[in-house]
Amino acid sequence: MNGVEQGFAAKPMGADARAKIETWLWIAQRASAALLALCVLVHLATIIYAVRHGLSGAAILGRTRGNDAWLAFYSLYVFAIAVHAPIGLRTLCQEWLGWRDASLNWVIGAIALALFIFGLRAGWAVFAS
Amino acid sequence: MDMLQVSVWRGGASGAYRIYEVPRQESQSVLDVVTYIQRNIDPTLSYRFACRVGMCGACAMTVNGVARWTCRTHVSKVVKGNAIEIAPLANLPVVKDLVTDMRGFFDKWARALGRFIPSATRKDDFARVASDSPERVAANAGIECIGCGVCYASCDVVSWNPDYLGPAALNRAWTLVNDVRDGARRERLAAVAGDAGCHACHTHLSCSERCPKNIAPTASIAGLKRAVAIAALKGEL
Amino acid sequence: MSMKNDYRARNHPAWWAFLVHRLSGLALSFFLPFHFLALGQALQGEARLNTLLRWTEQPLVKFSETMLVLLLAAHLTGGLRLLALEFLPWRGWQKSLLALAAGAALAAGLAFALVL
Repeated sequence: MNGVEQGFAAKPMGADARAKIETWLWIAQRASAALLALCVLVHLATIIYAVRHGLSGAAILGRTRGNDAWLAFYSLYVFAIAVHAPIGLRTLCQEWLGWRDASLNWVIGAIALALFIFGLRAGWAVFAS
Repeated sequence: MDMLQVSVWRGGASGAYRIYEVPRQESQSVLDVVTYIQRNIDPTLSYRFACRVGMCGACAMTVNGVARWTCRTHVSKVVKGNAIEIAPLANLPVVKDLVTDMRGFFDKWARALGRFIPSATRKDDFARVASDSPERVAANAGIECIGCGVCYASCDVVSWNPDYLGPAALNRAWTLVNDVRDGARRERLAAVAGDAGCHACHTHLSCSERCPKNIAPTASIAGLKRAVAIAALKGEL
Repeated sequence: MSMKNDYRARNHPAWWAFLVHRLSGLALSFFLPFHFLALGQALQGEARLNTLLRWTEQPLVKFSETMLVLLLAAHLTGGLRLLALEFLPWRGWQKSLLALAAGAALAAGLAFALVL
């Protein structure tokens, strides 16, 4: 017997569905952020290297063509971006545009899909061409 | 004698600033200024205060755009030339002049389960809590909150998200999450999860910057984020 | 209904850090589709990519690229600061994290600008 009888519900309530979704979005945002931290560091270093060693089509493709490691890296990078950017944009739209209904989630989902598809396409383009 | 040009909000939700001339003193708080206006110039001015000595938090107002305790704000620290602007706290409905309706603030406190829920009875022995245990240290860091509303008034997420529970309520919830005697951890984590709860905090740090008790609600909210995430990963949310 | 805060309430370093982080994220989100489409041009052959790369040699484009690198570096360092604030124990030196982040971002942007 404990103080739970003092009018407080005996059955523990779980978080409602919306709260659970927001929690998982937060986890996804931070996890993708950690992954992106590594990817962006590599990307910044790559950019600076590329600028110094040649930015022509030949030079760029010479480095990435047929290179499995770069394809894997860019695919991972694109996946992380497709998770991270849309979640951030969603928050911005909710807070600064007052856009909070279900249509926002559809639009954000579409953006995520588009980023994922076009990002993978770009990674494939420099690998396979 | 130097005169202060004091611009004070008069009215309710709609109204205007009215300018009063108040003699400037060498040692003068903003609360002294408001008191002078009400007693000597305009008795219709409404405002709240109680202790006058920085203990109760009742005199919190917006001074030159920043939420402060007026009894602990020296005029010389905030005056712009000879001008001061005094308004009610932001993010709360204005009742009249410098008085706000704090009910929403305290309702959110309740919604965050910001109250202790016991797990023992009078038949049980005293709880033994080491004062240097990590949980107690974490709770103590936030326990001095007196509910003055300065953090809530300073928070932009409160302005942008009407459902957001706010820094004070979440800070209190965190102190209770760290109270090993409390019996409602799961319910409380459920109450503070979501974008009405801790996940809406974007670490602006305005609350921590403005808290007159030097509490950092941002730290407490970060703790809630971690606790809720761990609960979710364990399937306990 | 209630009074609203203005810039006076927001005029402290951590708030500016938030703004930089959000706006840089927004700008990068706008840039990304163009970046993906441009690289995708390689699918139509190296010559096609070369045409696009020649276009990017204009000074205005080079300047924009420098800005983008700066924004990316700022978003990264600001993000690392946020991860530190949310996951590491709270310490007084956390305010200095902001200065560190700003410095590192600037350094990255400068490194890029210098190699151009």
